[in-house]
Parts: sequence; structure tokens; C-alpha cells
Amino acid sequence: MPSPSPIIQVSGLTKRFGDLAAVDDISFAVEAGEIFAFLGPNGAGKSTTIKVLITLLKPTSGTAAIDGHDIVRQASEVRRSIGYVPQMISVDGTLTAYENLMLMARLYDVPRAEQKERAREMLAFLNMEGHADALVRTFSGGMIRKIEVGQAMLHRPKALLLDEPTTGLDPVARQNVWEHLFDLRGKFNTTIFFSTHNMEEADEVSDRVAVMNRGKIAATGTADELKTKTGKPDATLEDAFIFFTGNQLQETGNFREIRRMRKTQQRLG
Amino acid sequence: MLHYLSQTLKKSLVLAETETRKLLHDPTELISRAIQPILWLGIFGEALSKVRAISTPGLTYLQFITPGILTQSVVFVAIFYGLYVIMDRDTGVLQKLLVTPTPRLALVWGKMAAAGIRGLSQALIVFLFALLLGIRLHVTLWSVLGVVVIVMLGASFFTGLSMIVAAIVKTRERFMGIGQVITLPLFFASSAIYPVAIMPGWLQAVANVNPLSYMVDGLRALMLTGGSARVGFDIAVLAVAALAISMLSAWFYPKVVL
Repeated sequence: MPSPSPIIQVSGLTKRFGDLAAVDDISFAVEAGEIFAFLGPNGAGKSTTIKVLITLLKPTSGTAAIDGHDIVRQASEVRRSIGYVPQMISVDGTLTAYENLMLMARLYDVPRAEQKERAREMLAFLNMEGHADALVRTFSGGMIRKIEVGQAMLHRPKALLLDEPTTGLDPVARQNVWEHLFDLRGKFNTTIFFSTHNMEEADEVSDRVAVMNRGKIAATGTADELKTKTGKPDATLEDAFIFFTGNQLQETGNFREIRRMRKTQQRLG
Repeated sequence: MLHYLSQTLKKSLVLAETETRKLLHDPTELISRAIQPILWLGIFGEALSKVRAISTPGLTYLQFITPGILTQSVVFVAIFYGLYVIMDRDTGVLQKLLVTPTPRLALVWGKMAAAGIRGLSQALIVFLFALLLGIRLHVTLWSVLGVVVIVMLGASFFTGLSMIVAAIVKTRERFMGIGQVITLPLFFASSAIYPVAIMPGWLQAVANVNPLSYMVDGLRALMLTGGSARVGFDIAVLAVAALAISMLSAWFYPKVVL
């Protein structure tokens, strides 16, 4: 049941690049405090959707709003309402963990008196106080992602958008990153919207899933609802994906995407 | 408008300070950058001043080229600064910065100021080495202050230019190619290592519109005589050029990384 004011509201959103509809008339809503997985193969339109939601791309048609702010007309309000973690590494390896956090606190206009305290608090929250003054380039993949999540949360956004947050992480690091994301949700009731091509991850961590394929949303619901609809007992989310899209969840995507993913994996792994 | 300007200034300072911290974490770049001006002054300058092939009335040749070599070393740092935009683009850094409520002009000004600060470290090296070689320079509070201003403005201009090139060509390889192609002509078409008067007419025309000439001109006046009426004009030209190119650069700056 959609509540009167979802944090993320998308209706009829379309983004075309020339003849290609990368995102083709999609609609969905994400409630406050919800963990929402955007599941699909590379090239399905997940990243493009996120780039529209974070105001970097203008939609060709349709609308979207975050915390009631329109992504086109109120882009600057939207930017202050969201935290964003790109798929590629976005910390600065030549700065310390603390400096990376302080940079974002200052760019997001966290009140001056609170900047240091919030950065320290965040390091404590991430169990990384002991690494505050170490250069980030010496960190493991899991630590890097945690700092990135920390950077995106300093200004207390309503929604956190993560693009393939655990691609390239080993299972232990993945687990650790998610534990911290769950804690953040518990502490601030943050809405967490993330894209993934990993079925198990979507199944395990999300409250609801949107299955995306070739620019369209094929189905939305809880993982269990989607599995039940296949009519098969013991269906996995992968079965559900095939049921709704008629496709295997294959690795597709172009040279640039694959290169980018491998690079990120190599660095994080 | 006022809010935009104060936001831009504030965020530029944040970014410039961050860049400076990076430099302090790893100062090897500062040391390796010091080598080139030392070679130009210590070898090229010494050699040519023995030959006495270039007439520089009232000045020794080493005095004459010291401001030129300073200009060159500042410009060479700045002209490759756009590489950082390409590096940030290849990682997720640029994407993340673009999503923060930071005016794009601040992203440009931040880099310009950081390049200026690197330029100042070059200035310090050139001053110290000139002292070591016994080159007589005019050092007063005002002349040093003037040098700081000109170095910052000159570095800003060439950083802005470099960022535009980076935004257009997008890859490191193409960027490095273009950087190599434009640096030497800029340097030779200026009064850095010989007076404009000995150039052929067409080259003089180029030298007169080359912002590098205004840097050399201003620095030469400040470092050798303590300033002249023209210094104000040089500073004004550089300031206008730097401001104009920063706006153009903000316009060219990547809006999204696909």
C-alpha cells in the first residue's frame, strides 16, 4: 500500500539516449525506512535511473520526487535530501579517513560547530576510529565502502542511494557493510535504495525488490511475493527473475561498463 | 546571486584546502617539480650567459631569465592540472562531487587555487636557487606580494585552460598529447628567455596576446626592479583572463559521468 508521502516517488519516468530508451516508463515508490533493491543485469537501466534520481541526468519524460522535492525543479533540495555512493571508488586515497569525511561534511554544509563531532562519531559508528588518520589508499575494499557510506550520511539525508555497493567485495566485507547500513537505517530511519545484479543479496537484505530488465520494471514486491508468483515451490529470486523477464540474468553491458566494473572489483577486492 | 557567490567562494576554499592537504601528505611531487627550473637556470641560463648572445640591457642574462623560468615552471604545473579532472572522472570522485550542493564554478576555482599554491612552492624554489647562484633579485614585502598575486593568477588561468581541454578530450592519452603540444609554443612565444624585441613580427604579435607574456612581464618588473607602472596592467589582464576562463571552464566541466 503506498502511503501518502513516500520518500522516493517515480512515475512514468523515461530517459532516452537518441533512439535507445535506457529507462522506459517506470513507476515505483519507496517508503521511509525501507530497503529497496533495484535488481537487474548490467545494462538494464539501473544506473541511468539512479543518475536521474540524483539530478545528474534530466528525464526525457515522466517525473520523480525525493522527500517531496521534484528532481528537475527542486534539484538543489533533492541533493540535500540524498546521500549517494557511486559504484566506482569515490574516496580520495591520498587523504585520510577523517579528512575524507570532513571534506563531505563541509561540502554538504554541515554546521561548522558539528563537523568534527559528526566525522568522529561516524568513524566510531563504522568501528574505524583506529584508522582515522591513515591514508585511505591503504584500506581494504570493505573499509573503503564503509567510509563512502559514512561520507554520504554526514548530512543526515532522508534517502541513501547506492549503485552496486557490494560489487567486488568479498562475502565478509559485504556482510560488514550491510550490518552498518542496517544500523544506519535503525538509527536515522534512512531509506536505502540500492542497485545490484546479485540475486542473493537482493533476497537477503531488501524489504522490497524491483526487477528491472531492458529499461522496464518487470515486477515489484517483496522477494517472497515475487517467488510465490512463479508458482514453483522453493523458487529462488533467480527463478522469479526468469519468470518475470523471460531472461537469464546474464552479464551484458558494453566495454566501458565491464571495464569499469572490473576496475572497481580489482581495487576493492 | 550573493548566496551563489558566497557558496562558490566557501566551497572553493574547502576544495583548495583539501588539495593542499594532499600535497602535504606526499610532497615528493614538489621535490621532483623543483628539478626542471633548477636545470633551466643552472645549466641553460649559465651557458647562455657565458655566450652573451642575447642582449638584455641593464640586466645580466641570468637576472633576465629568472622570472621567465619561474613563469615556465608555474605554467607547466598548471597546464597539466586538468589531468586531475580526468582521474576524478575515471573513478567515482567526480560523480560524487557533482551530486553535492557545490557550484560547478567552485569545483573549478578550487583546482585553480590548488594549482596556484603549487605554483607558489615553485616560486620559493626559484627564489632560493637564484640566491644560491648569486642572481641579484629585488626582494621587498611589496614585490613578494606582487609575485604571489601574479603566480596565483597565472596558475589559475592555465589551470582553467587545462580543465577545458580535459573536459573536451576526456582521456589521459589525448590530454597528455595536447598538453605537450601547447606548452613549448606558449613558452617560446613569450619573453621568458629572450626579449620580445628580437622576435620576428608575427611572433611578437603572438607574444602580445599570450597570457604567459603578462606573467613574465609582471614578474620581471617585480623581481628585478621592485615594480613598475605596468605591473598593475599585467595583473589586471591576468585577473580578467583567469576569471573569464574559469567561467568557460565551469561551463565545459562534466555534468554527469555516464
